[in-house]
Amino acid sequence: MRDVIIALVPALIASVAIFGPRSLLINAVSIISCMVFEYVTRKILKRKNTLSDLSAVVTGLLLAFNLPSTLPIWMVPIGAFVAIVVVKQFFGGIGQNFVNPALMGRIVLMVSFPGQMSTWVAPYNWNETVDAVTTATPLFELQNGATPTADLLDMLLGTRGGCLGETCTIALILGGAYLLARKVISPSIPLSFIGTVAVFMLIAGGFDLNYLAYNLMGGGLLIGAIFMATDYATCPLTSKGKIIYGIGCGLVACVIRQFGSYNEGVSFGIILMNLLVPHIDNLTKLKPFGFIKEKKQKEAKAE
Amino acid sequence: MAKEKCSLKKEFTKGLIKENPVLRLVLGTCPTLATSTSMVNAIGMGIAATIVLVCSNIVISALRKIIPDKVRIPAYVVIIASFVTLVQMLVKAFVPALDVALGVFLPLIVVNCIILGRAEAFANKNPVIASAVDGLGMGIGFTAALFCMATVREFLGNGSLFTDAQNLLSVFGDNVLGGFNGVTILNTPMTLFILPAGGFFVFGVLIAISNAISEKKKLPKAELHGCESCPLAATCSKVVSREEDKKI
Repeated sequence: MRDVIIALVPALIASVAIFGPRSLLINAVSIISCMVFEYVTRKILKRKNTLSDLSAVVTGLLLAFNLPSTLPIWMVPIGAFVAIVVVKQFFGGIGQNFVNPALMGRIVLMVSFPGQMSTWVAPYNWNETVDAVTTATPLFELQNGATPTADLLDMLLGTRGGCLGETCTIALILGGAYLLARKVISPSIPLSFIGTVAVFMLIAGGFDLNYLAYNLMGGGLLIGAIFMATDYATCPLTSKGKIIYGIGCGLVACVIRQFGSYNEGVSFGIILMNLLVPHIDNLTKLKPFGFIKEKKQKEAKAE
Repeated sequence: MAKEKCSLKKEFTKGLIKENPVLRLVLGTCPTLATSTSMVNAIGMGIAATIVLVCSNIVISALRKIIPDKVRIPAYVVIIASFVTLVQMLVKAFVPALDVALGVFLPLIVVNCIILGRAEAFANKNPVIASAVDGLGMGIGFTAALFCMATVREFLGNGSLFTDAQNLLSVFGDNVLGGFNGVTILNTPMTLFILPAGGFFVFGVLIAISNAISEKKKLPKAELHGCESCPLAATCSKVVSREEDKKI
């Protein structure tokens, strides 16, 4: 878990640089409330305390990265409550959660407060008053047929409207590379996830590379593919299963982006595939070396 | 006589907590989730279902020796349906706003499994008065559970309490209670709780709470009228006796 936190640091620095001190405040509130909820529920349920495994810190960071910088502060603990208490501790604590806790927190907030969850502030406006300059996310502009205000360099550096942690592509890739180098995650899920989105968007955009680039760097695709979809408790065990899972995540995300009423579907894609993980695991069970299927065994005996 | 009274009281109270149809027996989930979005709807639905439950329990219990075993389900459905039609007509006439709010779920009381379940599990083997009391207890238990759920869901999901109270109060005339039509408390409610997903959240938490309470009070587990009350038990291959059922 410490490696994940280290990998998230570049994105954290980028988010503070882009969205200002308020980003730091949301991150701090999210992490602290996640830790408090974790501690209190373990205490009430009379279970061993798991604060020291740092999983609550990771959840808090990821939750904050999925929120816009303008979100009213009191909404952050609600998301943390859903993530830690409902999704994680009700189902038995770390390793037992059936979907990614941070994503579920985000989705509950998204469905509950759609207005506040999609108010984006333009980058570098943190010196001015809170409701200074609102902007639209590149994906929103694309869905409505407009040209995004952010150019591709902005997309790469993260100086665009969006959730706190999702904007800076370079920082996320840096974090992903660190996780890969430390062998914390395997490349199959992020690659199959991003690859599916790339192929789908290439076809949907009529082989327009510009459109493809916006879709790959816009929204929460990278943070979702690198940090959320690879959560150990909610991804398949086998490598074949991981690829199926990645492709499924990508497909659902793309279908929602292209045809749904939301302009971002990565979180729903990951949550939906999280629910299917037990079935994917069952279907891709590894065969022991030299194992003969029962039917074939019977045939062999008959001969 | 005293003993009879005591058992009647037991029949009545078991529906409230020990065998609460929604929270302990998990019956009638569909209307529970669908109509618990507002407190007024929940009360209206609860009252309508209770009336149907009591009336159908009485009639079914009275006819229990006449109805042949093989065709009893259609017979029960006919009895229940006629009471539902009656209630629906009354609601349409006296509280039309409630009829609009409940929509299809009012006629759907016909297939509410609490009512058919009580007919099957209780009314067809018990005398009339006991059946009526059982129906009343179960109906009130259903209403109470619905009301609890609706209070949480309306408060968190809509930020209000008793919205459109006049829908129900209009039975007593215009502007009862000074035209009280609910109060809004939260300015930014969590829309999630009005949606079905939020309904399931609240439902799950309420079941957990009721389980915790009954465990603390050491209430016996709700008696599942499982295979033994089933008419197909003699021929069914999956029949489970109550002792085995407990083991499972």
